[in-house]
Amino acid sequence: MADRQTVSAKKTHYVHTPDEKSKLDMLHFMKLTREIEDRIERKLYRQGRIVGGVYVGRGQEAISVGTAIHMEKDDVVAPSHRDMGVFLMRGITARRIIAQYMGRKTGLTRGRDGNMHMGDMNYNVIAFVSHLGDNVPVAAGAALAFKQRGEQRVALCYNGEGATSRGDWHEGINFASIHKLPVVFFINNNAYAYSTPMELQMAVADVAMRAPGYGIPGEVVDGNDILAVYDSAKRAIDRARSGAGPSIVEYKTFRMTGHSAHDDAGYVPPELFEEWKQKDPIVRLEQAMLEDGTVTQARLDAMQRECALMIDDAVDWAEKQPYPAGEDVTRDVYFEG
Amino acid sequence: MNPSTSDAYSLSVPAGLTLDRTGFLELYYFMALNRKLEERLGHLYRQGKVVGGLYSSLGQEACSVGSAYALERGDFLAPMIRNLGALMVRGVKPVDVMAQYCARAIGPTRGKDLNVHFGWVDRGLIAPISVVGALIPVMAGIALEMKMKSKPNVALTYIGDGGMSTTDFHEGMNFAGVHRLPFILIVENNGYAYSTPTSLQANVTDLVTRAPGYGAYGESVDGNNVLAVLDAVRRGRARCLAGEGPVMIEARTFRRKGHAEHDDAGYVPRALVAEWEKKDPLDAYRRYLLANHTVDSEQDIGEIDAKIAVILEDAANEALAAPFPDPSIARENVYG
Amino acid sequence: MAVTTYIDAIREGIWEEMEKDESVFILGEDVGIYGGAFKVTRGMLDRFGPMRVIDTPISESAIVGAAIGASLVGMKPVCEMQFIDFISCAFDQIVNFAAKCRYRWGAGVPIVVRGPCGGGVHGGPFHSQNVEAYFFNVPGLKIVCPSTAYDAKGLMKAAIRDPDPVLYFEHKYLYRRIKEDLPAEDFVVPIGKAAIRREGEDLSIITYGAMVYRALEAAEELAKEDIDVEVLDLRSILPLDEEAILATAKKTSKVIMLHEATLTGGAGGEVVARIAEKAFEYLDGPIVRIAPPDTPVPYSPPLEEAFLPQVADIVARARKLANY
Repeated sequence: MADRQTVSAKKTHYVHTPDEKSKLDMLHFMKLTREIEDRIERKLYRQGRIVGGVYVGRGQEAISVGTAIHMEKDDVVAPSHRDMGVFLMRGITARRIIAQYMGRKTGLTRGRDGNMHMGDMNYNVIAFVSHLGDNVPVAAGAALAFKQRGEQRVALCYNGEGATSRGDWHEGINFASIHKLPVVFFINNNAYAYSTPMELQMAVADVAMRAPGYGIPGEVVDGNDILAVYDSAKRAIDRARSGAGPSIVEYKTFRMTGHSAHDDAGYVPPELFEEWKQKDPIVRLEQAMLEDGTVTQARLDAMQRECALMIDDAVDWAEKQPYPAGEDVTRDVYFEG
Repeated sequence: MNPSTSDAYSLSVPAGLTLDRTGFLELYYFMALNRKLEERLGHLYRQGKVVGGLYSSLGQEACSVGSAYALERGDFLAPMIRNLGALMVRGVKPVDVMAQYCARAIGPTRGKDLNVHFGWVDRGLIAPISVVGALIPVMAGIALEMKMKSKPNVALTYIGDGGMSTTDFHEGMNFAGVHRLPFILIVENNGYAYSTPTSLQANVTDLVTRAPGYGAYGESVDGNNVLAVLDAVRRGRARCLAGEGPVMIEARTFRRKGHAEHDDAGYVPRALVAEWEKKDPLDAYRRYLLANHTVDSEQDIGEIDAKIAVILEDAANEALAAPFPDPSIARENVYG
Repeated sequence: MAVTTYIDAIREGIWEEMEKDESVFILGEDVGIYGGAFKVTRGMLDRFGPMRVIDTPISESAIVGAAIGASLVGMKPVCEMQFIDFISCAFDQIVNFAAKCRYRWGAGVPIVVRGPCGGGVHGGPFHSQNVEAYFFNVPGLKIVCPSTAYDAKGLMKAAIRDPDPVLYFEHKYLYRRIKEDLPAEDFVVPIGKAAIRREGEDLSIITYGAMVYRALEAAEELAKEDIDVEVLDLRSILPLDEEAILATAKKTSKVIMLHEATLTGGAGGEVVARIAEKAFEYLDGPIVRIAPPDTPVPYSPPLEEAFLPQVADIVARARKLANY
């Protein structure tokens, strides 16, 4: 895979760079994302305390966090299944997320759906469905409403490279590009869709190569460098908000796990994991911040403890939550007033 | 139209195109047959003999004929609604088309389906459905079999500017690209999908800009120049056989009539139609044949036209003499 | 009061809701400058402008998907499928996204997906289908099939105002053949309520869509033989008006279920199952189903006529049931 990468990993000059507070926020949310997912996948799932499957975005935290940090309160987001950071940054609590994974009544879907299939329009988060790429026309539709009503809102849409093979992806991006809708399509290109590598997913090295076919900008970015993510996302979101239309921003990264917790990813050459381990996005930001003096090691350790405590609390809380009542199974299929 | 006026549309001949005199004349024959068959169907439509809609490819004959003429034995083709010319090249008889359009028992589907919705797998012809784009993954599948069995063949189908917006276009092209299939997609960019102009169909004017995104070779040609289309598809075919993957050829042309006979296309600016009338592919090709002395005189062309007239007269008589299907066949062949 | 065709009733239903509510908008293929393949949206582009009457690419998934997204942030989109046969291209968005949002995460999806269904116009296998059964087994959707101009307008308004996704299947054979005086004032026809089109004592024909007229014609024929037929027009397929279904079954004790969709797996199977389950002891004869055979819709006139239930078929089978 590595020789197919077209991204320059060493870009150092950005149009937009985060201030100190933003850097600290991003570091916090990346760590919190890693912590909650590690806890879910490596502890709770293995202990049998999770109901159903677990899909994590380990190694890909910079993409969700470095993009979602630019969202305004009224913006709408349609995340995918490796975007835990988006949920946390939207203000959805770790407690509700763990409760969701445990199938509890106070999870985001009240036990109706599992894991990352969660949303809440009070936080402007559209829930994902298993049919990858379905959220592309849906995000375009939200952006259409913003344009119709003259609102300065944008929609952000996240997908993996596998989802780009689905017709909905094409139809949605084509529609959004014709009407210059305020939406940004982020591609988390983590090299594998379940067991399917890039070269069996598409005949090109970059999803962004399709952007000219829609007459929109396409950019390939190092998805493990949160400063690059921050910069590219800001430019694409600003462009969308200005009325200039959608963009495709493709983040090259690597899925440091199997497709889900049950999958040992035996089909991935082990050296790729080794190679990408060296590019860990959290470690990279920590090192940069240590070097420029934004943080001390003591501060980093404190942040880590803080995240762990938040998740401890969330797990304790979630496990005390009731399951939904069986007799409620038929409720809310339709509006009930 | 006077061929000597300097601003007249004239065909340029692609460098390297080889074609003998028979070939030059066959291209004329098929384009003229395409045109005249549709004119005849127009008469039948107005006489109330055609059941259902009638679709015209007026002005697009070069695209259908040039592309199908580039194919060889064993290749597969699937037409869209405006590719009657391609069917003629592939050996479909005018009587088949007339009987099908008139819902008769001797039509290829015996009255079960309409217009060009018919095919014969053993003759390399796949029947289209009304859902545009659906043929692309299907023809990619046929190309997959060709690749698996190392056959020296290609699968070719067509898509309009409208069909480029579909799920199946995207999924089918992507699949063909991933597996480097011997698949040729002719993009007939004819300006309108029903009433929808290409500007509301895509945010690009050159639809072939989508080819690289699928790892496909892309090329744009003058779709009204039968020689240019033939040459591009022949070269595309050679690429496919060399294992270089799928080819997308955008043929720039124009739909000079409505979506179907009932549609007066009032939404199309008249000036645009007039502009394209001047680029009529059949007239231009006729002028080319005379100017290059492929034929000695209008008389040679007249002989071809006369032959077509006889074929169509016989075909119309045969089709209209045929009965409607017996109701009993309505339940046949749902399963094998 | 003005005489309004079925097709204009649909158009007026949409138009009036668009006048009343700025969040209502239309998207579909050729709905703008062309006014739709059947002219349901004629004049709307001029009145409401291109941001509320959107000509889309040939992208049914994008049409429905974008409608879902817009509805999640407060809009009320009405999607047109040029022919309802093409709804298959948007199947995933309808059954997996729209139908399940409320149940999963409490987000309502107030969209309408409408389009011309049905045969009788020699449209062939891809322009004649009745697709309600594809969606009948999907909780979260509502399905309506109006047969009269009054219902066409009233159900359209109800569909647009409904907080959940509604599939609105309009029969193209009825577009210009059916007309009636409609009240000038605003009205809705509630979703989930059937209507008795003809009162009768001897036998009930339960049906919907264009088949309502075949049933009424058959009833007139049968009246000459002193067989008094009741015709129940379901109007909504999902949810079914079980009360009305059971009431007519109990009243006449003999039931024919008639629809234009093919027999096996058709929505009528559910209707008769409920009667068998909840009104069995009232029946005086076997329930009869009349529907096209299990084939695609054929094109050539003699074949399509053999396919579609004809008045004579209905009369013959009703006569036999009446004499059971």
